[in-house]
Amino acid sequence: MSLTQKKLINDPLNVADELLDGLVDAYDGECVKVGRRSIVKSNIPDNKVALLVGGGSGHEPIYHGLVGRNLADGAACGDIFAAPTPDIVLEATQAVNKGNGVLFLYGNYAGDVMNFDIGAEDAEDEDIDVRTVLIWDDVCSAPPTEKEKRRGIAGLVPIVKMAGAASQTATSLDQLEAAAKKIVLQTRSVGVSMSPGSIPATGMPTFNIDADKIGLGMGIHGEPGVAEIPMTTADELTPMMLDLIFKDFTEDPEVESLKPGDEVVFFVNSLGSTTMMECLICLKKAKQFLNERGVTIYDTMVGPLVTCQEMSGISFSVTRLDDELKSYWNPACESICYSKMETITA
Amino acid sequence: MAKESLNSEETTAMLHLVADAIIAAEPLLSQADRDLGDGDHGIGMARGMNAAKEALAAGGFSTVDEPLVATGKAMMSSMGGASGVVFGTVFRGGKELKGSNLLDSPGLAKWLQSAADGVMKRGGAKPGDKTMIDALVPAAEKAAEVQSLSLPEAVTAVADAAEAGKEASKAMIATMGRAKTLGEKSVGFPDAGALSMTIIFSTMRDYICS
Repeated sequence: MSLTQKKLINDPLNVADELLDGLVDAYDGECVKVGRRSIVKSNIPDNKVALLVGGGSGHEPIYHGLVGRNLADGAACGDIFAAPTPDIVLEATQAVNKGNGVLFLYGNYAGDVMNFDIGAEDAEDEDIDVRTVLIWDDVCSAPPTEKEKRRGIAGLVPIVKMAGAASQTATSLDQLEAAAKKIVLQTRSVGVSMSPGSIPATGMPTFNIDADKIGLGMGIHGEPGVAEIPMTTADELTPMMLDLIFKDFTEDPEVESLKPGDEVVFFVNSLGSTTMMECLICLKKAKQFLNERGVTIYDTMVGPLVTCQEMSGISFSVTRLDDELKSYWNPACESICYSKMETITA
Repeated sequence: MAKESLNSEETTAMLHLVADAIIAAEPLLSQADRDLGDGDHGIGMARGMNAAKEALAAGGFSTVDEPLVATGKAMMSSMGGASGVVFGTVFRGGKELKGSNLLDSPGLAKWLQSAADGVMKRGGAKPGDKTMIDALVPAAEKAAEVQSLSLPEAVTAVADAAEAGKEASKAMIATMGRAKTLGEKSVGFPDAGALSMTIIFSTMRDYICS
């Protein structure tokens, strides 16, 4: 295993701050940096129910790239692969709060939960109303009966997209919280990894895997999954991954099985170095698989949006839509991470 | 000369040495974390301890709780991640000694009990989950048991208890944090946070007993 990747950086311990400065520059004034390491929209309307996301840096373009039009109002950013501190969370909360409360929406990792919880307690001390909805879409990280143990992975992108739309029309924090919970419940993901990313500060890989193996169900930091299988083709792997998602919808008593007639947003994510070519080849097979089961892709997302440096691997995320969720999916949105046109329905 | 108690200046000096020891152990801690997690524990701890050193250097402490709490606050506001909260909470547990001019064996027991309670309440982990708690809780229990002994004897027993706890964590199956997804594959490796705890206590012992 090589120790060092070629990376165009300066001080390896300062990458999270430097990339945030660059991100603010890329937003050309739509967003500003706040406090130690948060990015916040510069024009949040008064009384808007605010949506705050966040987590460790190093997974660009998420989470901070999801701040934007019809998306999140702000992001609290941690160091590389580490949750933001409570102070950072508080600073972001103060900045996005417009008097109608703030929803925290982020991935379910112990460090994030502890730091965001302390940030929430500090915000409550300042009479800012805060609620938390955790993202736990990775079906390989725990059984459906133990969702509180599941990790949040690439499903966060459609989840934040829809929650962002919901936050534009929500009249109360209760309403946004309920919408976000419903979106999370209908979103399930499975990831695989073929090789690790590396930590900029050490140059060391985040995990090890044999060159001829694929880690089925691995997390976005390289957390082990359900099995290591021999390296295979896109057409062999894609159905194995989708089977796990279908199985989860079937086994989870809180949701219905995926069935003919269902409409879904389908997201093929690259973990970093897996190419768009590979994502598209997997997408082709996935669409065929879904069609054979009568499940319609209402809209498709594809690309490296939830990454772990130069990690190679992909994930599939499925969000099942109903009329309410479609109303959150349809509006246009725009950010560095993800932009879409308005979906026009007949 | 072994120290029977520490005033706020000595407590500050001890914490400087603790910070230096953790910073020096960065590669060791990162490797331990790579075996079970994503390999950044040492970097976070070093970052937190560098911030702690700045806070300690600013000084102005009159009682022993103040350098402990300053260390905890510096770690919590600089590190992020689970470690920032957890280790920040350990040192902020020193608030139990508010107003104390001397850190002695009963004071050590009070601080560590508050630290252990605080970490378990915040993180939801308990002994046996293969976390730093498996070094901290035995250390806190030992401190309570030996509080009638001299400070050098007490801190030596505490450091030994933490070391034994860290060694015991090797046989445990991780159920918390990112390492939990390793399940049985985590057996054989000590928890990186438990390793940090042992470095903290052994450095305290070396300072107090020298």
